[in-house]
Amino acid sequence: MTDASFPLSLPSGAEDRFAAAPRGYWHTVGRRLRYDYVTLFFLLVVGLIALAAILAPLVAPFDPNKTSMLYRLKPIGYRGFLLGTDELGRDMLSRLIWGGRMSLTMGLTPVAIATSIGGFLGVVAGFAGGWVNMLVMRTMDVFYAFPSVLLAVAISGTMGGGVANGLVALTLVFIPPLCRVSEAATTQIRTRDFVEAARASGASTLSIIFYHVLRNIMAPVFIYASSLISVSILLAAGLSFLGLGVEPPTADWGLMLSTLRQSIYVQPLICALPGVAIFIASLSFNLVSDGLRQAMDIRV
Amino acid sequence: MNEVVRPEAARPTPVSSGDARDRGGKAQPILTAENLRKYFPIHGGVLMRKIAVVKAVDDVSFMVLKGESLGIVGESGCGKSTLARLLMCLTPRDAGSLVFDGDPIGGTSGLSLRELRRYMQIVFQDSDASLNPRLTVEDSIAYGPRVHGMASAEARALARDLLQRVGLRPELFGMRYPHELSGGQKQRVNVARALALNPRLLILDEAVSALDKSVAAQVLNLLRSLKRSFNLTYLFISHDLDVVQYISDRVLVMYLGQIVEIGPAEAIYRRPMHPYTRALLNSRLALDPRDRVETAPLTGDPPNPINPPSGCRFRTRCPFAEPICAKAAPALAKWVDRASHVAACHMADRASGHSRAGAAPPPLARHVRPEAIVSG
Amino acid sequence: MWLYAARRILLAIPIAVGVTVICFGLVYLAPGDPVQTLLPPDASQADVAYLKQVYGFDKPVPVQYLKWLGRAVSGDLGTSIQTNRPVLLEVTRALSHTLIVSIGAVLVAFPLAIALGTLAAFHIGRGLDRVATGISVVGVSVPNYWLGIVLVIIFAVQLRALPATGMGPEGSDSFDVTRWSQLKYAVLPVITTATVPLGIIMRSTRAAVAEILSQDFVQTLNAKGLGRIAVLRHAVRNALPQMLAVMGLQFGYLVGGSILIETIFTWPGTGFLMSKAILTRDIPLLQGTMLVLALCFVAINLTVDLLQTTIDPRIKRG
Repeated sequence: MTDASFPLSLPSGAEDRFAAAPRGYWHTVGRRLRYDYVTLFFLLVVGLIALAAILAPLVAPFDPNKTSMLYRLKPIGYRGFLLGTDELGRDMLSRLIWGGRMSLTMGLTPVAIATSIGGFLGVVAGFAGGWVNMLVMRTMDVFYAFPSVLLAVAISGTMGGGVANGLVALTLVFIPPLCRVSEAATTQIRTRDFVEAARASGASTLSIIFYHVLRNIMAPVFIYASSLISVSILLAAGLSFLGLGVEPPTADWGLMLSTLRQSIYVQPLICALPGVAIFIASLSFNLVSDGLRQAMDIRV
Repeated sequence: MNEVVRPEAARPTPVSSGDARDRGGKAQPILTAENLRKYFPIHGGVLMRKIAVVKAVDDVSFMVLKGESLGIVGESGCGKSTLARLLMCLTPRDAGSLVFDGDPIGGTSGLSLRELRRYMQIVFQDSDASLNPRLTVEDSIAYGPRVHGMASAEARALARDLLQRVGLRPELFGMRYPHELSGGQKQRVNVARALALNPRLLILDEAVSALDKSVAAQVLNLLRSLKRSFNLTYLFISHDLDVVQYISDRVLVMYLGQIVEIGPAEAIYRRPMHPYTRALLNSRLALDPRDRVETAPLTGDPPNPINPPSGCRFRTRCPFAEPICAKAAPALAKWVDRASHVAACHMADRASGHSRAGAAPPPLARHVRPEAIVSG
Repeated sequence: MWLYAARRILLAIPIAVGVTVICFGLVYLAPGDPVQTLLPPDASQADVAYLKQVYGFDKPVPVQYLKWLGRAVSGDLGTSIQTNRPVLLEVTRALSHTLIVSIGAVLVAFPLAIALGTLAAFHIGRGLDRVATGISVVGVSVPNYWLGIVLVIIFAVQLRALPATGMGPEGSDSFDVTRWSQLKYAVLPVITTATVPLGIIMRSTRAAVAEILSQDFVQTLNAKGLGRIAVLRHAVRNALPQMLAVMGLQFGYLVGGSILIETIFTWPGTGFLMSKAILTRDIPLLQGTMLVLALCFVAINLTVDLLQTTIDPRIKRG
């Protein structure tokens, strides 16, 4: 290659000086997150909530189901009950910790399942196009025609309530939006040149989907799913509040809010506590997902 | 800068007889396209029915000879990119046949698409969109060979070797992501990726159009040297006449989905036969401020490909149009060998009935000057 | 443009049909024999047989669906098991009550959200923006049923300034918004309901206006010396179509998703009706309420869609 009068590359020394070590994508995301104090703080909160939920048996000071006629509706700090007691004399703090287990499960599980199902359907619809796409997306549109609360309540209500039915209802509520996001991302990626180039290399459709498409849609789908977690926590607690989710005497924030409602004239502060827990959990997941979205939105 | 001097003139690089995959020998064209057609439907109305078609590629036939660089020029919308996709079989053709080195493509007995991919590859215009943003450069290049069965480690070694050959140091660039590369570097990666499958024919669809001129020059030089070392045949599509002149042995001019002129590069650029080619060449800007063009050589926008004019499609913008042009569409004369120069114009056909039929084509309006040597 | 409108309406029909299918199919989700769920538990054999015949339970499912649909279209949504009154009547009455709160929340939340969102966009990145963003994040994350309880605690229990529940002693039939003695019952529900849309709309407004402000032509306007007001007018006019979509959606959610708040405040709206229906397993009432609410939602979305295209013809989808 000696004929070109324009050099093909700079003289070897120069490039070394300017070249920076190549950096992976996740490395860059991590670096950006490191300076986002708000997100990091709430990530810590989320971590604490999760930890408390997992280690509930070890962390809770009392048995959450142990009732006591003597110590009903005691205020905060009364005799070792750090957050008071509820209307049946059970320790609030312990019930909140155990309730976290329930609420987090009802918050995370439907989103996880819905992401898998909805994501899969979206990729299929986005890649297949044509009538398959129309069929899937129009069906999703029908479910979209219901406000989420309405749909969740109606499904779990007619199925008779209970945790399992509540999970099913919530999963069904979240599948359409995740399918939509996944389909939109897939359609957008499918028309890009590198997919054409992969086809031009002779790759099969399956190979293209798994090797090229999936890693490009994972980010938007994942980010959207993480933003749904806070909604799921709210909805799940709402279902329990209406009596459609967890059944007594299981500790659950929504259920606690509902049963304590009658006692607001006696111990208003205690009655508000489960809601504070729901609020903090939802807020934390929301802010973390927002922060993640900003960190992951690198120009790629 | 309307003419560049190249030491090799119009002689293409010979195909070495050592190319084991060569089936028909030097005389057989590497690619023959016949009567290719691609119409795109347009939907409208309440029920979104098909109401019209865009005739993107309409009855196109030509041959690509082994070892040559065939340039395809035309304005936006003339169908060149659609043609590229038809040749690569990325878009299914509505009609016509394709033959690669004697083997028909498609059909029951011909080459399968998968086999074709090992013979023909393409480099797209948008260097950035052509690369998966989530894959390293090395992975992107290694993907093609892996799809065809090569082991992962071997494919990576091949990728590194190719990076070296396109002028990017593998230690430095292999682990980079596309967003960490400049436009020229990305396009080199695209070339490396196309070469990873060891093709015989490389289609370059506006491959340097989006790059700065200096970077484009580097990439063009790279392409020329790679052609020699890899024994390639090029199909170079561009709207930039200077670039095509620089790299091509023969040139094909397209207008509104049809071929209007084919010939050796030098002949096309010095003595164009078709009025459209003449107008294109006349509208190039010169670097010399004294060399001005007073009247626009080509006016208006190309007419609608949905409803092209009857007869000759160029007649609405042609200064030599006559009634015969509206009545009958001129046919592209059969060209015989690599030196033939033909045009689809009634003026070139002695028997057409045009008043200027058979006469020598009018000279170019521009004064062709000997120019500084740009590059070797 | 009318072509587009016609096409959108045409597209909405299969969705509406799908909605009816789901509402109808709910009956089959309920555990047990559908007929039993439609009748009070002490129904006689004759009643069961009669109902089977009327509803066509002896016929295949698609036929049942069509019969139900036929009745629904003509206004007969069945009879409530609990109250023995026609479902349609119950639902429309409840809907009027829900609308009082929903429209009230719209009047409170929407202008405030738009104002705050625009303000935040103009001061993006600075103090005011952070405060506004904080408010909107809180609005989106707060469980509105909990907020209702907290407001009740503050205003009804501690301060005793506002009533805790219900629509007032005069009852729900003659609710007069111009009289404070009645209006005060609506205050807490309206404020509670307004929180979440406030958060969402403020966030959307901020995003939309910020995007417009960052565009080049705004710099041109500034360079020409046009004041803030001109930019503001311009920004709002361009952001309006997007905002309309979000606002319409939120209004739909307000009407359709009111169940939790109405349960807390014992506000006799459609949501409360639904929760009653679920508790008493009053399937016809549940079906009817769901159907009306869902179709309202579809209608609202369609209206917003068409309005969007009239305002900004560039937004044409499909």
